[in-house]
Amino acid sequence: MSKRLPPRDGEWIDRDQPVQFQFEGKSYEGFSGDMLSSALWANGVRLLGRSFKYHRPRGIYSLANHDVNLMVEDGSRTNMRGDMLPIEPGLNVRSVNTSGGLESDRLRIMEWFSKFLPVGFYYKAFHTPRRLFPFYENQMRKVAGLGKINAANELTVSPKDYAFCDVLVVGAGLSGLAAAISAAEQGLQVLLVDEQPRPGGSLAWGCASEPESGQLLEGLLEQVDGLDNVQLRCGTQAAGCYGDHWVALVDDQRLTKLRARSIVIAAGCFEQPAVFGNNDLPGVMLGSAAQRLIQLYAVKPCDRAVVLAANSDAYHAALDLHEAGVDVAAIVDLRPEGESAEIVQRIADAGIPIHNGHTIYEAVPGSGKKSVRQAVICRVDDQGISETGSKNHIDCDGIVMSVGWAPNVGLAYQAGVRFRYDNNVEQFLPAKLPAGVFVTGRANGVFDLEARIDDGYRVGLAAAAHLGKYDDEIPEPIVHDGPPPSHSFPILTRSKKKNFVDLDEDLHLADFANAHQEGYDNIELMKRFTTVGMGPSQGKLSNMNAVRILAKLNGASIDDTGTTTSRPFYQPVPLQHLAGRRFHPRRRTPINNWHVQADAEMVYAGAWLRPEFYRVDGKSRDECLFAEAASVRANVGMIDVGTLGKIQVNGPDAVRFLEHIYTGRFKKQAVGRVRYGLACDETGVIIEDGVVARIADDRFYVTATSSGVAAFYRDLQRWAMIFAMDVTLVNVTGQLAAMNIAGPKSRDVLRELTSVELEPEAFPYLGVREGTVADVPAVLMRVGFVGELGYEIHVPASQGLHVWNAVMQAGESVGIQPFGVEAQRLLRLEKGHLIVSQDTDALTNPYEADVAWAIGKNKPFFVGARSLQIAWQKELTRQLVGLKFDAKNRGPLPEECHLIIAEGQMVGRITSIAKRSTLGHPIAMAFVRPDLAEPGTRIHVRVDDGNMVPAHVTTMPFYDPDNTRQE
Amino acid sequence: MRQDNFERNKQMKIIDCPINGPRPLQEFHYGGEVRDMPDTATSTDEGWADYIFNRNGEPGIKREWWYHIASGTWFIAERDNCTDKFLRTYLYTAERRDE
Repeated sequence: MSKRLPPRDGEWIDRDQPVQFQFEGKSYEGFSGDMLSSALWANGVRLLGRSFKYHRPRGIYSLANHDVNLMVEDGSRTNMRGDMLPIEPGLNVRSVNTSGGLESDRLRIMEWFSKFLPVGFYYKAFHTPRRLFPFYENQMRKVAGLGKINAANELTVSPKDYAFCDVLVVGAGLSGLAAAISAAEQGLQVLLVDEQPRPGGSLAWGCASEPESGQLLEGLLEQVDGLDNVQLRCGTQAAGCYGDHWVALVDDQRLTKLRARSIVIAAGCFEQPAVFGNNDLPGVMLGSAAQRLIQLYAVKPCDRAVVLAANSDAYHAALDLHEAGVDVAAIVDLRPEGESAEIVQRIADAGIPIHNGHTIYEAVPGSGKKSVRQAVICRVDDQGISETGSKNHIDCDGIVMSVGWAPNVGLAYQAGVRFRYDNNVEQFLPAKLPAGVFVTGRANGVFDLEARIDDGYRVGLAAAAHLGKYDDEIPEPIVHDGPPPSHSFPILTRSKKKNFVDLDEDLHLADFANAHQEGYDNIELMKRFTTVGMGPSQGKLSNMNAVRILAKLNGASIDDTGTTTSRPFYQPVPLQHLAGRRFHPRRRTPINNWHVQADAEMVYAGAWLRPEFYRVDGKSRDECLFAEAASVRANVGMIDVGTLGKIQVNGPDAVRFLEHIYTGRFKKQAVGRVRYGLACDETGVIIEDGVVARIADDRFYVTATSSGVAAFYRDLQRWAMIFAMDVTLVNVTGQLAAMNIAGPKSRDVLRELTSVELEPEAFPYLGVREGTVADVPAVLMRVGFVGELGYEIHVPASQGLHVWNAVMQAGESVGIQPFGVEAQRLLRLEKGHLIVSQDTDALTNPYEADVAWAIGKNKPFFVGARSLQIAWQKELTRQLVGLKFDAKNRGPLPEECHLIIAEGQMVGRITSIAKRSTLGHPIAMAFVRPDLAEPGTRIHVRVDDGNMVPAHVTTMPFYDPDNTRQE
Repeated sequence: MRQDNFERNKQMKIIDCPINGPRPLQEFHYGGEVRDMPDTATSTDEGWADYIFNRNGEPGIKREWWYHIASGTWFIAERDNCTDKFLRTYLYTAERRDE
């Protein structure tokens, strides 16, 4: 660890705990508390990674959790940023995006081609010919891009947590700590988060040469410690802000879904780079990065440094470097007037020369561009352009720049804060805050130590006032006094070398000029064309300069140029933290276990599990379900229909209500009778069907489809309010079990079990009776969905299995057979009964579906009536018909949704098909053009292989057209 | 300077159900804008089609139907669709319709 400095107060490393780790196959030693980047730098390693496009050598740049330069993978995790990856024993990582290792990456030849790879090159060059794109894409993926995903990784599930607080404070620096303290003092529950492993913000690293500020931090932390209602969570990023102060907190373990009542954003600033030639070489770094290295990790950033300055922070960085034993060769200050504070005297005392009104023109690389050898500086003229005539070379192995800041306010944008550009501090400042959201500290343009504490207290009180816990005076916001901490345009060179603006995406100054020349003069367009800010750091180090460059190119103000949108997440979040538990609610009928024991193949029908068919050894699925259907036709079968929607409609207005909802008439419906109910929406489209049973004068029991009942019941509730009708609606779907026993022998099976008189005279078709079945109170309905004599039995869910068993037992002697959903679908198709949403779609009206008979004559009103009145006057565009296929057809038969073709045009589609029916030939239901709806018309259906299968239009029902079987 | 209101995230909101109090958005179903049905006996085909098919998306305060799924409660919310703020929620009351 040749570059490790002697122990210092406040360092984050534990020198008693050395840690061995491997990088690129070599072993190194660091200390517990080191990040991968700092540990490597301490070992004298300067080449940490290769850039995205040109594969240029890169080193430490920000050390603030947005260095894309060092991204590593360990075989299971990838794209881990080295500046935030703690080293631990056994860590063994490689740099991503190299070919043949970091040191001699074969892809470094990419830079030779850079002249031929201008911005937008890929868009222009690789879109034709289209058939070659997969090849291009494959090649590009190999060259560009980041780490590889190990698809063999095991699924790991990370926990989700929920949290609530009065005030969320984002950032535990000076202002954040002060805000947390002042809000907590007003009795509020405060959650304070910081993405760094320890609190302190810029004070943790920016105070190396200012011991008194270290004491300031300790004082604040002690105060926070003493407050029970402040919770501090470090290593936690506020990743995104959503509606009503819902904030996603992400740490290395989990996602915490936080609901805050108020948000204080005290997230500070990102230091912004200057743009000059070769400003990406290992050894070129931000002032704050150098200070972090020195103070947090006790690592010497370089041996001889040139400091590029445009604010007082640079001078503090220079002093920190000097104090750490770095030979500071010069301070190069972009500003003609230089720094005016007493700090200049301290710089002079340290013997550091200052060049005011100068810039670094370019950095001269060492061998392989893996280091800095010299800084070339020159004067800046009064137009802000470098005078290349005045070039001067200074030997150095490090260039440290501190020229400005951009506020860390992505979260504030997401929370709805509006920003404007402020020339007093040369940065964006909040202009309009939504209720309950506050911005403080450097993000709010407040830079002086004392002022930052005051500003934090101010917003703490403001948050308390917002939450009704404080009604006294709130201090006025603080306005920055003194020269701006940021340079208005730190892009002063015209170096022929690459002047990088975005290190993530390898974009340099010329790319922006080219994009602008091509007409991309809007920030959102320029972002998409150049991809600036679209790398892993999301432009934290590049967006501000990009806006400044575009504003200058357009001759517009920064405000008029605008910014791009800040979307979640603040930092890359592993998908593992976001992945849900794949939780899907499942509904089982009370008879479910019986089905499972009877070896039923269970399928989902919406959330319900239903038997598709019952397996029989040695028989195929189709054979099984056909046998079930045949048993219903010839003998007796029973199906669990507990999933049916079941609604009670009671009250004095029940009849009137049902007449408003359904297309049919119910006024004259006798007690004890069942009618078909067809419901449309206001546009006249069929939305539901079922039966309506009149139990008493003011008591109805209606059924609805399994998947539609929730929405239908919701609609009914609303209509009852809108119509102001005195009805009570109860959705009893889950409270009742239901089964349908059907077939010629169903009456015989049931006779012994029920108190209800079953003879046809006493209980005719479409009757409803109350009584008992197997001593359980039951409602029995005679309905004909499957087209045979049958009884639907509805009993309390708790008794469902008992009744089912009793019926099965009673039917044993005649060979009763349970049947599943598939057999029922076949049977109802033979009977020509449509299934809403299977044989109808989102535009089907009753005329098209051939159920106009269900519309009551001369009804003054029902939902959809007015629309159907209009539809009736228009010509039909399609009709639902039956299709009959030739029994001798041996080729593939159509599937549902296959198209009917006539003269090369689509003229219809299959909605339901049975490839085998009890009628001896395949049948289907289909929509066809009305001129093809005449029975006997020959049509052709195109099947998957392109063949045309002929069929004849026929009348429905296919089976028992005179309805004699169900009577 | 361009500030994009529409980009803001509309998820994870809290709605104040008049019966159950503030509950997360996931517990609710949106039922569309509150619109008065024209008299079906007198409205023209065009007037009816306008009611059925056209929706007014202009910025402003909307009266909307919302449904609290778990308790089966329909209510009306007044919402500013510019700021996506719920201003007021209350139960629906209707005059009884004469026939």
